Amino acid sequence: MSLLKMTAAELAAAIKEGRTTAVEAVQETLAQIEEKERLYHAYVTVDKEKALAQAAAVQEKIEKGELTGPLAGVPVAIKDNLCTEGMLTTCSSRILADFIPSYSAEAVLNLQKAGAVIVGKTNMDEFAMGSTTETSAFGVTRNPWNPEHVPGGSSGGSAAAVAAGECFYALGSDTGGSIRQPASFCGVVGMKPTYGTVSRCGLIAYASSLDQIGPLAKDVTDCALILEAVTSHDHKDSTSIERKDTDFAAALREDVKGMKIGIPKDYFKEGLDVEVGEAVLNAARVLEEKGAVVEYFDLSLVDYAVPAYYTIAAAEASSNLERFDGIKYGYRSAGSKGLHDMYKKSRSEGFGEEVRRRIMLGAFVLSSGYYDAYYLKALKVKALIKKAFDEAFEKYDMILSPAAPTMAPKLGESLADPIKMYLGDIYTIAVNLAGLPAISLPCGYCRAGLPVGMQLIGDCFQEKKLIRAAYTYEKAAGTLSARGLFPADRITSVTGKEER
Amino acid sequence: MAKEYETVIGLEVHVELATKTKIFCGCSTAFGGAPNTQTCPVCTGMPGSLPVLNKKVLVYAVAVGLATNCEITRYCKFDRKNYFYPDNPQNYQISQLYLPICRNGSVTIEAEDGTEKVIGIHEIHMEEDAGKLIHDEWEDCSLVDYNRSGVPLIEIVSKPDMRNAQEVIAYLEKLRMIIQYLGASDCKLQEGSMRADVNLSVREAGKEAFGTRTEMKNLNSFKAITRAIEAEKERQIDLLEAGREVVQETRRWDDVKGESYAMRSKEDAQDYRYFPDPDLVPIVVSDEMLEEIRAGQPEFRTEKMARYREEYGIPDYDIDIITGSKHMADLFEETVVLCKQPKKVSNWLMGETMRLMKEKEMDAQDLRFSPENLAKLIALADSKAINGSVAKEVFEIMFEQDIDPEKYVEEKGLKTVSDEGALRKTIEEVIAANPQSVKDYRNGKEKAVGFLVGQTMKAMKGKADPGMIHQLLKEML
Repeated sequence: MSLLKMTAAELAAAIKEGRTTAVEAVQETLAQIEEKERLYHAYVTVDKEKALAQAAAVQEKIEKGELTGPLAGVPVAIKDNLCTEGMLTTCSSRILADFIPSYSAEAVLNLQKAGAVIVGKTNMDEFAMGSTTETSAFGVTRNPWNPEHVPGGSSGGSAAAVAAGECFYALGSDTGGSIRQPASFCGVVGMKPTYGTVSRCGLIAYASSLDQIGPLAKDVTDCALILEAVTSHDHKDSTSIERKDTDFAAALREDVKGMKIGIPKDYFKEGLDVEVGEAVLNAARVLEEKGAVVEYFDLSLVDYAVPAYYTIAAAEASSNLERFDGIKYGYRSAGSKGLHDMYKKSRSEGFGEEVRRRIMLGAFVLSSGYYDAYYLKALKVKALIKKAFDEAFEKYDMILSPAAPTMAPKLGESLADPIKMYLGDIYTIAVNLAGLPAISLPCGYCRAGLPVGMQLIGDCFQEKKLIRAAYTYEKAAGTLSARGLFPADRITSVTGKEER
Repeated sequence: MAKEYETVIGLEVHVELATKTKIFCGCSTAFGGAPNTQTCPVCTGMPGSLPVLNKKVLVYAVAVGLATNCEITRYCKFDRKNYFYPDNPQNYQISQLYLPICRNGSVTIEAEDGTEKVIGIHEIHMEEDAGKLIHDEWEDCSLVDYNRSGVPLIEIVSKPDMRNAQEVIAYLEKLRMIIQYLGASDCKLQEGSMRADVNLSVREAGKEAFGTRTEMKNLNSFKAITRAIEAEKERQIDLLEAGREVVQETRRWDDVKGESYAMRSKEDAQDYRYFPDPDLVPIVVSDEMLEEIRAGQPEFRTEKMARYREEYGIPDYDIDIITGSKHMADLFEETVVLCKQPKKVSNWLMGETMRLMKEKEMDAQDLRFSPENLAKLIALADSKAINGSVAKEVFEIMFEQDIDPEKYVEEKGLKTVSDEGALRKTIEEVIAANPQSVKDYRNGKEKAVGFLVGQTMKAMKGKADPGMIHQLLKEML
């Protein structure tokens, strides 16, 4: 089997058994990047020398028996809003185009301790604001299943890199669906853990109260292993939680007997693509066959989630992004006159349109006279949403829904209508507002040749239940690749002649 | 005929807390380091960095709150105050607006007429200090030093309960005393570890409604505060008398010129867009924590004064001076424990210590000598190993450098010569050399013996007990 078709766990096992080496894995990955990048543009930065040097060092440690973990020697891609010491970290923004952090994010350090080899930094929507990776200042990323479509966002580069075999797994961040939605668009597994599970230290904040780092992986097994590796209780992050139940890989069992799964009726209304709906309901049937109990229920607050989210996220973003002022680091406009002119020009020129829009929106909802009407009200909606989920989890072990209402849209379709783009986050956003864990995994493949993803939402700290159900489903239905579906293969036929 | 006016004053007092590390990171708070050497990603606002509260800041803030009779907010939060300025690396300051840690407190001061007056405290909140901007006119550029960025502050906001400069100074002295007793800050106005902004308005006597107030900044000494209050009161009254209005604004005091000028008016007041900082979790002050802080409160001045009267039997005047500074009180008590002679310790503090402090324009909290060394010095003098003037001479060195007086006396050979034979020999020489004085003495001039004692002391290079010389002289004459 070609190395690139292996999962991260398979590759690590092969390295451990001496069938291949970390260096070979990186070399193949770099070759794949070399070949595929001009098509997909999943990366902002690829550091070949560093990757090869890291691989050699890791290989040595593996041989000495110093690194024995299930991910040791596996090449990884890191979303470009996670700080990497000595390696460009841009948030896909002009304002940080030359920013090299002095320290690495805790999640990155945790992966390095597990023997990960960083090959590069992935493209994203600028400052994670967007759902298509089209707001990047450095060009769009294309969907490896069909390059005319977006990979989703904001972790679109990470999802595309995993799908295209340009890395074995990736880290992303999820503020309103930014891991789960691109995972579903690119046919990979993505997970947003419970808020506080993965340290945010070194994650360049978009909306601090909603941001969580999580894995994008080839299958559920990899997803569990990566989550286990990045999770830690970090004293550098006040919102980091000390958890005892972080042996996520232990949950990789085929067992959903008696598990109660709720499907929100409200999620299957207008606006949902028929094929997506069908694929998700098919998945429900698979889980039912495996012994789960599936029921429909009302979760009627959906309509308020999107406005509440965009109020809170924009408010926090407007403040979080104030530090990008052209004074200490990053882009500074040339030829400005005086301090305030420098601020204005640096920020106007350094930030893209979508970021500027959200900063202005956020500054507005926090301004005196509007704070109560918008920001406080949004916080109240957030509390109500949490309550609605709490009630649901009294009855159900988890909630099943689509990850996104449609398949990946075509390039250029979404940016023209931001409201429509915002509404695309409808199934994922409420999860962030409530701080819940959720996993997105492929559950179908539509006629247009694009994957469809489903989402399983759990109560706080119930990642293991989600992993168990997702693993059971994956074993029963088979991964896309087990069904002979590979984005890279499909690309060959797209660029040649359409197959069907 | 000019109208009678009443001045209404409220104070915003910033106090730098004496924590070893900053409020949201582990960087040192030490004063005077080379620029930007006490910094990290957190206090320079680097992307991805996160604040984590230094618990000691909370403990100090609660302790000050308890000592000023405040209600402690058991569930409190930090908020972000958003404004762009280069001394503020994140372009927001982490402070408290909605749920400050302490509220509704008070302190009692002595008013001008000697009666007690209660000054209300509206709230106390915790916040971070900003960096320091240095404008280099020569190079035409501005530089920023983030060493001070993230140094913990509490802001104590009084109610508008003060009516004149005397009350303001009394209030500040009271706050300073409490905070120094707690060890929460050294409260030095000159170094900026205590900063007071004065909110002042005037109104016609007997009127209920407040006049329009101004806020005065850059007040670096009690003297400057007093002068600024007098000047601002006059300025506002002059405006009103001239039929003009006081503008609500922030003014900056220039102590050299003795006048203030407007910095910004209410119209250009910024909208700080305060909102709860999502990077910091709400603070819950538990019963246990509150109890622990309460139990750890020190003995404050009033209690201390009562105990001193009871225990040490030293004059009220001494007690007043010694307890006026926590450091001096500690020095006193610790020395007494070692030498068991409260009166003698008090004498050293009231006499030589105060004299030297005045001479060197020092604060009591800057006294450097240790109780051990003062106790040793007292013991040396007691045992007559050194005489009084040598003791004073040694003390002066000890005051400066905290030397060990025993060693010093030994090394410099300052010990009194107690060898009678040697003394007698010297006295014989003095008698031989001063026949006139000897004659005077024998003719009944008692005073002449004093001169001879002095001559003997001189010959002994001060290392003798004058009493003993006196006795021997009389005997030998």
